[in-house]
Amino acid sequence: MLQESEILAIEHELTLVPHKSAAVIEALKIVQQHRGWVSDEAVAAIATHLDMSPAAVDSIATFYNLIFRKPVGRHVILLCDSISCYVMGYKTLYAALQKQLNIRFGETTPDQRFTLLPNACLGCCDHAPALMIDANLHTDVTVEQLETLLEKYV
Amino acid sequence: MERPLTINIHPGQPPLNLKEYESVGGYAAVRKAVTNLTPQEVQQLVQESNLKGRGGAGFNTGFKWSFVPMGPDAPTTKYLIANADEMEPGTFKDRLLLEGNPHQLIEGMIIAAYAIQANIAYVFLRWAYKKAAELITKGIQEAYAKGYLGKNILGSPFSLDMYLHTGVGRYMCGEETALLNALEGKRATPRAKPPFPQVSGLFGKPTIVNNVETFCCVPHIINNGAAWFKSLSYSEDGGTKLYGVSGKVKRPGAWELPMGITMRELIEEHAGGMKNGYRLKGVLPGGASTDFLTDKHLDIKLDFKSVSAAGSRLGTGTMIVMDDATCPVGFVHNLQHFFAQESCGWCTPCREGLPWVEKILWSIENGNGREEDMELLQMHTRLLGPGNTFCALAPGAMEPLQSAIKYFGDDFLTHIKEKKCPYQ
Ligand SMILES: Cc1cc2nc3c(=O)[nH]c(=O)nc-3n(C[C@H](O)[C@H](O)[C@H](O)COP(=O)(O)O)c2cc1C
Ligand code: SF4
Repeated sequence: MLQESEILAIEHELTLVPHKSAAVIEALKIVQQHRGWVSDEAVAAIATHLDMSPAAVDSIATFYNLIFRKPVGRHVILLCDSISCYVMGYKTLYAALQKQLNIRFGETTPDQRFTLLPNACLGCCDHAPALMIDANLHTDVTVEQLETLLEKYV
Repeated sequence: MERPLTINIHPGQPPLNLKEYESVGGYAAVRKAVTNLTPQEVQQLVQESNLKGRGGAGFNTGFKWSFVPMGPDAPTTKYLIANADEMEPGTFKDRLLLEGNPHQLIEGMIIAAYAIQANIAYVFLRWAYKKAAELITKGIQEAYAKGYLGKNILGSPFSLDMYLHTGVGRYMCGEETALLNALEGKRATPRAKPPFPQVSGLFGKPTIVNNVETFCCVPHIINNGAAWFKSLSYSEDGGTKLYGVSGKVKRPGAWELPMGITMRELIEEHAGGMKNGYRLKGVLPGGASTDFLTDKHLDIKLDFKSVSAAGSRLGTGTMIVMDDATCPVGFVHNLQHFFAQESCGWCTPCREGLPWVEKILWSIENGNGREEDMELLQMHTRLLGPGNTFCALAPGAMEPLQSAIKYFGDDFLTHIKEKKCPYQ
């Protein structure tokens, strides 16, 4: 079931598009904002609300990599693994993150604090290597800085 | 040296608000366009300026606009979209313009919308550009409050609504027709052309999609004329260009420079040359999907024609430098991993071929390559090349691969012979 605040936000999006299914990406974003991720049950609820089949909604939800179809931790780390960060040593950062958090790409720490994901080029190649934690961009990141950086996210 | 696009951008400081932007001449071009020029005159000016699209393909912008149906029989709804999806690896120029001067983009979009008589505009922004999202939202609000957006702009008959749309990932959203599908709430797979978006685009209506930097040039062309814009350039393509350099250079960064400066000037003067102890081995001149150039090409001019003549593409104009301590096989493997991951899966050569290429490169990098693998890679550069796939992603992916084999083939063979990566 969708919550009232979710429905309200989705209804607003529906006023901006010519037909209901055109708002599905917005609906997925809205649900994820409220719940952190999009469950099977949420996919079905969005489908009902937009007169779509759950399979159609899921085909879109699974296409876009920043719609999370599995639960994520309180903070999501997106480590850039594209070419400029490759040249500037993102692999060293990844190794350090793996060691500190004891998780690999796609995994969440047992205390639900961090999920670690790779991400394509973050568009700050002149300050590589870079990563995002939630909505915050961190650039020119060194292994030495990692520990203090992560401490800010509890 | 004039640098109209970045003259009002001061890194580290917040961008100009609407009032400050007006005080340096901002929105004068909107006023001039909607009160003094016809839409056709705006199109004409932009076409004459020889502004070429900054999203990578380098198509004449005014000419692109000229295919939009105009006049009383044209559809009443038309769309204008700024492509701010910037996800080409190694590319970071639109971020600078979006965060540095959002009003310049909004102004350029209003003028472009007027030129094609669009009534709805979108900024399609990638998820990761959080700061830009905040600034553009504020900019659009300010523009509405001052009457530059909304009904009857500056008392003219022209009306325009503008919205910000933020994506949820995927490189393919930057491909023009896939972007339209994403905006319609679909998977970001490309569309067959024809019909071209100019005739049947978003929701089946005439639509223009241009890159952020392309729109940012437009107010300056309106203010100063086509001849002035052309005179900014060292080549036949009009204007300045935002060039960028990343990799192991002394001062990685982005600079607005005359279109057509040489690669040597860009790398040696602006980026400060290579870091001590490193030598330049190769360069991808315009993002991940452009062919390698080498230190033999340093004196070529960075404009669309000259870079093509040297066997690559200007692309986005943001280059990635490969140094002599970086393994070319590992480098190209990283690129192919990206392309394989971002393939939308719509057509077979790309969906099946790219993961195969990625695996072959991984084998070679880890000392498990065979000599036949080189032939297999060559075969893929043909099968995934231009004309065999639905969109330019796969051919783009093959560009750095084919040129890596051409210039750094010995490195591949050493991996195969020595059964290990000689760089590790
Ligand atoms: C896979 C792929 C990704 C693309 N990504 C972008 C992008 O992020 N930004 C962009 O402006 N153009 C991108 N393009 C190019 C667009 O399809 C289109 O040519 C461009 O937005 C047109 O604008 P312009 O004429 O102003 O250059 C991409 C193309 C492909 C094939
Ligand atoms: S070339 Fe690749 S990205 Fe483009 S349509 Fe085909 S499968 Fe999709």
